[in-house]
Amino acid sequence: MSLDVPAVDMRTYLAHVELANPVTTAAGCAGTGRELSQFFDLGRLGAHTTRTITMAPRAGRPTPRMTETPSGLLNAVGLQGPGIEAFLGRELPWLAQRSIRTVVSIGGGSVAEYTALARRLADAPGVTAIEVNLACPNIEDRGRVFARDGAASAEVVASVRSVTRYDVPVVAKLSPDVTDVVAVARACVDGGADALSMINNPLGVCIDVDTLRPALAAVSGGLSGPAVRPLAVRCVWQVHAALPGVPIVGVGGVMTGRDAFELILAGACAVAVGTALFHDPLAAVRILKELEDALAARGFQRLADAVGLAHRPPGSGSRHLEESSL
Amino acid sequence: MGGSPQQVTGTVLTTRRVDAYHALTVVAPGIAERFRPGHFVSVSVGGPGTSMVTRRALAVHDVKPDYGGTVEFVVAVRGPGTAWLADRRARDTLDLVGPLGRPFPLPRDPVNCVLVGGEYGSATLFALADALQRRHCRVDFVLGAAAADRVFGALRARRVGETTTLTTEDGSLGLRGRVADVLPGVVTDVHADVIYACGPMAMLREVTAVGIDFDIPVQVAVEEAMACGIGVCMTCVLPVIGDDGVTRMVRACADGPVFRGERVRFEDVGTIPFDALGAPGGGGSARHVT
Repeated sequence: MSLDVPAVDMRTYLAHVELANPVTTAAGCAGTGRELSQFFDLGRLGAHTTRTITMAPRAGRPTPRMTETPSGLLNAVGLQGPGIEAFLGRELPWLAQRSIRTVVSIGGGSVAEYTALARRLADAPGVTAIEVNLACPNIEDRGRVFARDGAASAEVVASVRSVTRYDVPVVAKLSPDVTDVVAVARACVDGGADALSMINNPLGVCIDVDTLRPALAAVSGGLSGPAVRPLAVRCVWQVHAALPGVPIVGVGGVMTGRDAFELILAGACAVAVGTALFHDPLAAVRILKELEDALAARGFQRLADAVGLAHRPPGSGSRHLEESSL
Repeated sequence: MGGSPQQVTGTVLTTRRVDAYHALTVVAPGIAERFRPGHFVSVSVGGPGTSMVTRRALAVHDVKPDYGGTVEFVVAVRGPGTAWLADRRARDTLDLVGPLGRPFPLPRDPVNCVLVGGEYGSATLFALADALQRRHCRVDFVLGAAAADRVFGALRARRVGETTTLTTEDGSLGLRGRVADVLPGVVTDVHADVIYACGPMAMLREVTAVGIDFDIPVQVAVEEAMACGIGVCMTCVLPVIGDDGVTRMVRACADGPVFRGERVRFEDVGTIPFDALGAPGGGGSARHVT
């Protein structure tokens, strides 16, 4: 027996798409893919998620865009990106040539813009899934963010689903800044979402007590890093409990394999690594290894057996392995 | 640009205090052998399980072949992360990534170069000076800071450069004033063909203006706040005019830190210029004329 045969079957499914393992990069945290590929082969991950692609190029927000917070960071980059033309011309082909499974994140200011983006992606080779970044202001609703409202989110998802190839799953990226994340999740699934990704950054504000001004030029920013992990685990937990059949990509402050395992036990079948990539360019592959080791150490033979396992009733025993081998 | 960056666990060899700064020499062979002047390194702070999730970008002062390759970088204590770095001692280990960024372009011919450093920005200039002198370039230094203890590398500059001019804003060392006040005189005296500069943004702006006045090229290495140092976090951007005349918000870490001074829109740093590619309101088609 060769040593590099994995002890644990790490395969997972994003709807009907099989991923070799559950670890992906998180949207907006892994650049074009070229930057990280200087450090490791991106093909080793379950998938690479692109930054959010918009119709037109976007210059983003003014600087300062980032400030460090306890166990996290607050950022307001403002979806800086090249626009769909340049993405299809330069970025996606580079990923496709290397057979890197690619989840394309899209963002728009209206349902029509999301739909137009999905239509442009429909013919492009190398799109494994489309992730709909719903944390974008709706210009037709006085800038209210789509993700805040189940009906607006569902409308975007349904429209994107209707123009996307049947074999490309549509993933709805949910924000935790809502009163009822389960209601928004259910609306997205009813609208045709094949999977859900959560959480996007909750909003925060930092004030520099020396300059007596907000630390970010944009005033508020998205909070990420280990500081938000319990929030992510809570959202995954609630949505998995309500919609146990829906695949969930868990995102939020995953720094180690142990953190990824926590999201999986809460109900995620895949885990995206974001802020950890800023801290450690090799974080994603390290987390994959650590997760595999954590599963093996607890006697798991398949990742799938651990998904949502923390939901089992108390007293049902830790000897789940006998049960799962049925 | 000098090979791909490496992530290494480096062992601290020595630490020393240099005026207001701390210099750490770390054994990091993979980084040292790929280093070229202008490159920087990033370091994780706080140790395993740290609550500080962003890396600190540091200027490389020196690279030596000892112990397979060492890197010396300079730290100015500005917060808990840099304070933790300043507390490192010999035999401690550090998580380093480097070399990062694009290095300084070097002239093909032996020309006269003025190297301008502000605060600890001058740390980056000494490896450059060595490389220029190997190409038989003349090197003159202009170094400045707010006060004497914040001028980094004055002694080494005096040893290495043909001439060294020092300025402090409080007059505690050299001439009272700023580097841009004395730079025109130095450029004239040494018949400078090119200026290299590293330091705070305001200084680089003034130095670039001098270069434009004399119609000589200026290469600047910018210092922007960075989270990742490898080009994925998109937080260290500044407006720079491309070869096609279009202004883009480019990353100081991956597209820089070295830029041609006249291409950097210093007056617009901290904003999105209306004519930048992708600016709100549909910028990017207009051409910026300098």
